[in-house]
Amino acid sequence: MNASAQTSNHEARASYALRLGDTSLILGQRLGEWIGHAPALEEDLGLANICLDLIGQARLFLSYAAELEGRGRSEDELAFLRDAAEFRNVSLVEQPNGDFGRTLVRQLLVSAFQLELYTRLESSTDASLAQIAAKSVKETRYHFRYSASWVVRLGDGTPESHARAQSALNELWPFTAELFASDGIDESVAAAGIAPRAADLQAAWLARVDAVLAEATLLRPRDSSFPWHGKSGVHTEHLGYLLAEMQFLQRAYPGAQW
Amino acid sequence: MTTSPDWPLFEVFIRARSGLEHKHVGSLHAVDARMALEHARDVYTRRLEGVSIWVVRSSEIAASDPLDADAFFEPARDKVYRHPTFYTIPEEVKNL
Repeated sequence: MNASAQTSNHEARASYALRLGDTSLILGQRLGEWIGHAPALEEDLGLANICLDLIGQARLFLSYAAELEGRGRSEDELAFLRDAAEFRNVSLVEQPNGDFGRTLVRQLLVSAFQLELYTRLESSTDASLAQIAAKSVKETRYHFRYSASWVVRLGDGTPESHARAQSALNELWPFTAELFASDGIDESVAAAGIAPRAADLQAAWLARVDAVLAEATLLRPRDSSFPWHGKSGVHTEHLGYLLAEMQFLQRAYPGAQW
Repeated sequence: MTTSPDWPLFEVFIRARSGLEHKHVGSLHAVDARMALEHARDVYTRRLEGVSIWVVRSSEIAASDPLDADAFFEPARDKVYRHPTFYTIPEEVKNL
């Protein structure tokens, strides 16, 4: 491998770690918005647990991304001092919580994806990513179980819960195409055996999601061709508001610690 | 909490380690046993408290009546010979 290929490989690896970290971070922040507002105390804790798992994953991925980047930035600086266009999370995770059902539909779609991804990432040629995936896959298995269980209850519940779950699914489905779309970074890490090919995850993901939707009596929406580009830094308008809340403290009191 | 769902109460029992018995740790609300297990996991095992969970609907538990306490428990009070305090227990025996 020549020097420039190695450089681009190194950069792709850093960008890839950043994407995984940002995706977990932003979804974790979204779930944190439920704390104190969930429909029952038990669900409050359930969502908070998933939130903390995701933020734990984000810390590992972001620390690794910062190390690869080699500019001396910390995980905290990456989380709290970047603006929306520098975030590399997929657009799906920044979508607003909506009602409880919509939050759980979003969670199902993401957890099923992360489960397929981490299972394969465990055998990455990159030892750090493999290690983070091995830890995260166990957490994610529970996230999937928890969200699938709720989507089935709501989909196959009352007419109102069914209608709300179906409408959430219809609204969120178009964002799932981005999970399986490859760009130069995805292709570069796949070619190096660092990560699975994004498109290769789709069939397993779909089978997993379809099984839940069938039990939930929900109809899978038609695929949309509109491309979202959150992982390239082109976000929906929702991310800015989320960051304003998440980053407020570090922006108002730079370097504040506790 | 915006509303409080009208869910039945479950009692939660957790086994701390293999070989130990399940101990009652508290209760929670859930619509059915599956959800009760998930809630128990989320509420009561956040700090590695256990390796196994049992849940049972509180309404399925038959409980002694506090009014019967005299008849139930007082008679045991003066029967000190029932305590195995006259034996020496080998050090190897744990959790007795």
